[in-house]
Amino acid sequence: MESTALFTANNVWMMICTALVFFMHLGFSFLEIGLTRQKNAVNILFKNFFVISAGILLYCLGGFNLMYPGFEEGSLGILKFAGFGIAPPEGGMTAEYASGGYTWWTDFLFQAMFAATAATIVSGAVAERIKLKGFMLFSVIYVGLIYPIIGSWKWGGGFLDSWGFYDFAGSTLVHSVGGWAALMAIYMLGARIGKFGKNGIANAIPGHNIPLASAGVLILWLGWFGFNGGSVLSADPELTSLTLVTTCLAAAAGGVSAAIFSNLMYKNFDLTMFMNGVLGGLVGITAGADQMSPTDAILIGLVAGILIVLAVSFIDKLKLDDPVGAVAVHLVCGIWGTLAVGIFGAMAGFDQFIIQLAGVGIVGAFSVISATLILFIVKKTTGLRVEAEEEIKGLDLSEHAMDAYADFRLNEH
Amino acid sequence: MKKIEAIIRKSKFDQVKEALHNVEVNFFSYWDVTGVGNEKEGHVYRGISYSTSEIQRRYLSIIVNDDFVKLTIDAILKSAATDSVGDGKIFVLPVDEAYRIRTGEKGSNSLN
Repeated sequence: MESTALFTANNVWMMICTALVFFMHLGFSFLEIGLTRQKNAVNILFKNFFVISAGILLYCLGGFNLMYPGFEEGSLGILKFAGFGIAPPEGGMTAEYASGGYTWWTDFLFQAMFAATAATIVSGAVAERIKLKGFMLFSVIYVGLIYPIIGSWKWGGGFLDSWGFYDFAGSTLVHSVGGWAALMAIYMLGARIGKFGKNGIANAIPGHNIPLASAGVLILWLGWFGFNGGSVLSADPELTSLTLVTTCLAAAAGGVSAAIFSNLMYKNFDLTMFMNGVLGGLVGITAGADQMSPTDAILIGLVAGILIVLAVSFIDKLKLDDPVGAVAVHLVCGIWGTLAVGIFGAMAGFDQFIIQLAGVGIVGAFSVISATLILFIVKKTTGLRVEAEEEIKGLDLSEHAMDAYADFRLNEH
Repeated sequence: MKKIEAIIRKSKFDQVKEALHNVEVNFFSYWDVTGVGNEKEGHVYRGISYSTSEIQRRYLSIIVNDDFVKLTIDAILKSAATDSVGDGKIFVLPVDEAYRIRTGEKGSNSLN
């Protein structure tokens, strides 16, 4: 009786976390819309709807079985597929499964919510100029194949797991995987018209709704309670509460350090940098949220906030155009968070650091190569970038023949 | 009859409206306009400085009988001023005729 009660409590917590991770897709949507121009809002929302819907369907079709194919204990598995569709194994609905942390159904849905995130990260970076069909094709392949294959190396019990690589909730497996693809995509796409002047100097293209973007960031922060809290994979009282504490401390530290550091550099209190700093702190703590002390978490967040400010301006200097700062947040802080497991907290040590570094490198190389290949295929088939005329008119009109704010238009740029 | 057009600061609108009511100019139209001028406002977005020369003002269009022209202009001059650059402008234009649509009457009476 007691174990049934515990099993139920665990499963309820995991379903709440599943719902919180789902809610993050609203956060991403708001953030992306807010930091871009109003003429592309419908297009961005369409991409976000597509990513979460396609992500869940693809994960059901084969993603889950590709990511958790059942590598043998201690094996150096790289690729295994347990078949199409989802069907619970024997005992999958009992406390026998996953040490009583959750049912197999919860397992599937929780992981499915994560899967779509990798493509959503890309969506923000490529906003305002990518061809919708091209983005859909890219997302389907990346979420359906690449994300689960990489995930299987660690969370599925493959070779990275056997080496001792640690990534609690996905600084590398989710955020860097999305971040690398975002980086390659903005490189291959080129900058938005008007982002760089003739002399090569970066111009500001201010987002059209900063309040909406801030709502998005606060929703993401809330969603992270589930993203990290659920990655405990049970309602273990100590671990879940520690994880939420480290998560919140890193988010707060990241935000404050980005705000102060950007003020030192640019003499203004930039709210968008504060917001990116919060997200950078969250991504940074994700790899080791259950391994860190509160002080470690704060330090990880502080560094993440500074990295955000530096990375945003560095990406501009490289003539790359990332409207929402996805590369700075998810790639740079994803790498930082993964390495931080070897520097701070319970697992810190030189050997661990080297393993973390190897994991970052291998996942990075595979992500870059596969993303480039997929983007190349997209370019040759559906096309990657919209025509200049369509971009100037806005993707809402050229791709959807719709207005985001039909009777409410302050300006047309 | 004259048409008096005034471009004023939005922040001065309530005072101008009250000043006009005080001289019994109770009917006029207005709309918000964006203009370009020498005034530049510095902005910073994600570490990139840019400035915008867009200036937000309110545009008033007032049709008055000749004996109200001076009163109206004085009221606006007094109520819309802050003594800083950018207080706005007043234009006075002749009006050939005015009609009240409901009754069809024309001339000065149609303005009351």
